[in-house]
Amino acid sequence: MKKFNKVFSAVLASAMAASLLAGCGGASAGGSNTFKIGAIGPLTGAAAAYGNAVVNGAQIAVDEINEAGGINGVQIEYKSEDDELNAEKSVNAYNTLKDWGMQILVGSTTSACSIAVSENTKNDNMFQLTPSGSAEDCVKYDNVFRVCFSDPNQGIASAQYISDHNLATKVGIIYDNSDVYSSGIYQKFVEESAGKNFEIVSAEAYTQDNNTDFSVQLQKAKDAGADLVFLPIYYSDAALILTQANTMGYAPTFFGVDGMDGILTVENFDPSLAEGVMLLTPFAADATDDLTVNFVKKYNEKYGETPNQFAADAYDAVYIIKAAIEKSGVTPDKTTEEICEALKGAMTQIEAKGLTSQKMTWDASGEPNKEPKAVIIKNGAYVSAE
Amino acid sequence: MKSKITKQNLITYGIVIAFYIIVEILMMTGVLSSHMKGLLVPMTYYAIIAVALNLCVGILGELSIGHCGFMCIGAFTSAFFSRAMENSIPTVPRFIMAFIIGIAFAALFGFLIGIPVLRLKGDYLAIVTLAFGEIIKNVINSFYIGIDGNGLHFSMKDSMSLGMEADGDIIVNGAMGITGTPHNANFTIGIVVLLISLFVVLNLVNSRDGRAIMAIRDNYIAAEATGINITGYKMMAFTISAAIAGAAGVLFSHNITTLTASSQYFGYNASIMILVYVVLGGIGNIRGSVIAACILYLLPELLRGLNTYRMLIYSIVLIVMMIVNWSPKVIEWRKRTFGRFNLKRAKEVA
Repeated sequence: MKKFNKVFSAVLASAMAASLLAGCGGASAGGSNTFKIGAIGPLTGAAAAYGNAVVNGAQIAVDEINEAGGINGVQIEYKSEDDELNAEKSVNAYNTLKDWGMQILVGSTTSACSIAVSENTKNDNMFQLTPSGSAEDCVKYDNVFRVCFSDPNQGIASAQYISDHNLATKVGIIYDNSDVYSSGIYQKFVEESAGKNFEIVSAEAYTQDNNTDFSVQLQKAKDAGADLVFLPIYYSDAALILTQANTMGYAPTFFGVDGMDGILTVENFDPSLAEGVMLLTPFAADATDDLTVNFVKKYNEKYGETPNQFAADAYDAVYIIKAAIEKSGVTPDKTTEEICEALKGAMTQIEAKGLTSQKMTWDASGEPNKEPKAVIIKNGAYVSAE
Repeated sequence: MKSKITKQNLITYGIVIAFYIIVEILMMTGVLSSHMKGLLVPMTYYAIIAVALNLCVGILGELSIGHCGFMCIGAFTSAFFSRAMENSIPTVPRFIMAFIIGIAFAALFGFLIGIPVLRLKGDYLAIVTLAFGEIIKNVINSFYIGIDGNGLHFSMKDSMSLGMEADGDIIVNGAMGITGTPHNANFTIGIVVLLISLFVVLNLVNSRDGRAIMAIRDNYIAAEATGINITGYKMMAFTISAAIAGAAGVLFSHNITTLTASSQYFGYNASIMILVYVVLGGIGNIRGSVIAACILYLLPELLRGLNTYRMLIYSIVLIVMMIVNWSPKVIEWRKRTFGRFNLKRAKEVA
């Protein structure tokens, strides 16, 4: 009898566990009458600002498209999931969205997560367009495209820009070697610098564990006589560097990349210190073209803050998908694989215009072709450097 | 006495096997969502490392708060091997060798750390493992290793100083870690490794060596007086614990194609999370660790529907679980309420 009870309770417990597991299933694949677009990004944790920007930017684009009658008359359904900046969680988020019935993925926001997810989209043959996954390997597979510049492209573009405009003869670099984005740009910048009209005199690294004191790195750049300091890093660290350089009386030209965008809005940072800083960025929130003004206004109304380039990339991503769907004429009742095949073909034919560039085209490798924009900070605002 | 222990152990294996069979049936009938399918492998490797840590914390009685560091070593060494040998060795022997390499390196580091620290009394192991976990993360972040026609290139500066030929392949690229590790781990392999770890740990606990280890935990002086080689047994338990953590790392790196030595996977917080699994599952209770690891890993994922509130709810659930499991008052209340029920059943049996 005792044995029976035990077996019985074990069976009951496993039945309960089974029903728990089964309860999560039951998603239908394909056959819907709306396009289901999913987005993934870190919505909580240290990088939440980026993930939320992507999710919000895409939301605005989806709302606009739906209001205007959808894509070829078909409405878009949109859902976002959190990955906490963790590749493992990003794959979980992707699987959750797949159960929901996602047909097209806008994501992941960050490089490492995007690479991990691309392994799964490749297996499922789902179309993936990452707004901001900038590492080289993000678009390794043919079903993945991106909106932003890749890290190598930014490094190369920066080196060329500095060389073409004779900005410096001696260049110092401060970069974050615990960050994929930063070290990726740094590597390509150094490779591209060979044979250019400037010389790299110092290259100092720091990590996310010691990003509060930059006096050593700055002192080395100063001692080496660098007249331009290249900062392929995010704006929060850059703000500290600018402040500390000012304290020690070192005033070279600072040159940043798109991660520098946002430096003027850092709390407790004196924007006058950023005067004269140059950066390559695809998006400036205070640009005066209709598209940007309209986007910034809507974003401000809805979320109470000024959008950054992540939001702009995501906004463009949704419109790029729209353009690709219109070009291929694919309908939402097709399977995910059929949609992916159709969009892959259409991506290489479309020419998109958006917040981040006047003209973007793609080849089959997934890399965008677009012109980098250089801006210089004057009187607390971005001004085109040309 | 003996048969009771065997029975308890068999129940533990039985739970794992039953879970495996149920999941496989669900998978075959196609009711399992892809979200759940994706969670299965992580669940097994977190259960494995929880078992490893429980051996260290519960059986040996030494607090380790850097166990993810050993997982990190296992993950990186095995992923490096798999990446380097991807095209020269067929999958099955390569994956087995990757396991051996990952486990061996993790055990080696466990051994090296143990030599100075385990001679000491007190909580020094906690301090040293904490430091070790952070150091290993930063060291790996500055490694650049590439392979080309001329063999291996190594640098700790940047990938340019490797001096690679054009056809070269950079395997470990600093902060970018290792990308493109073959996706070899699956649920079946995870369960097999979990069963092997359970077998090793449970047998160790019930062996002569295991009793010596627990004697050291319970009364250091008495154990020493009985002639037990204290440092030796401590080293044995800790090295085995590190080795099993390494096995979890191998599964980790072969389940996800991007491997970066960053805090969210191998840092201090991750190690503490494993410690939470162990504490909530019951210190010294191996079966409890497995169950707690599975439930606590699943929970935030199953709560995805609640969006940002899920982290709040997760922490509340942790607190509630802790109180329900371990508060003396609640245990008393549980006995009072459910005791009658048990009594009835006991009568029935009689």
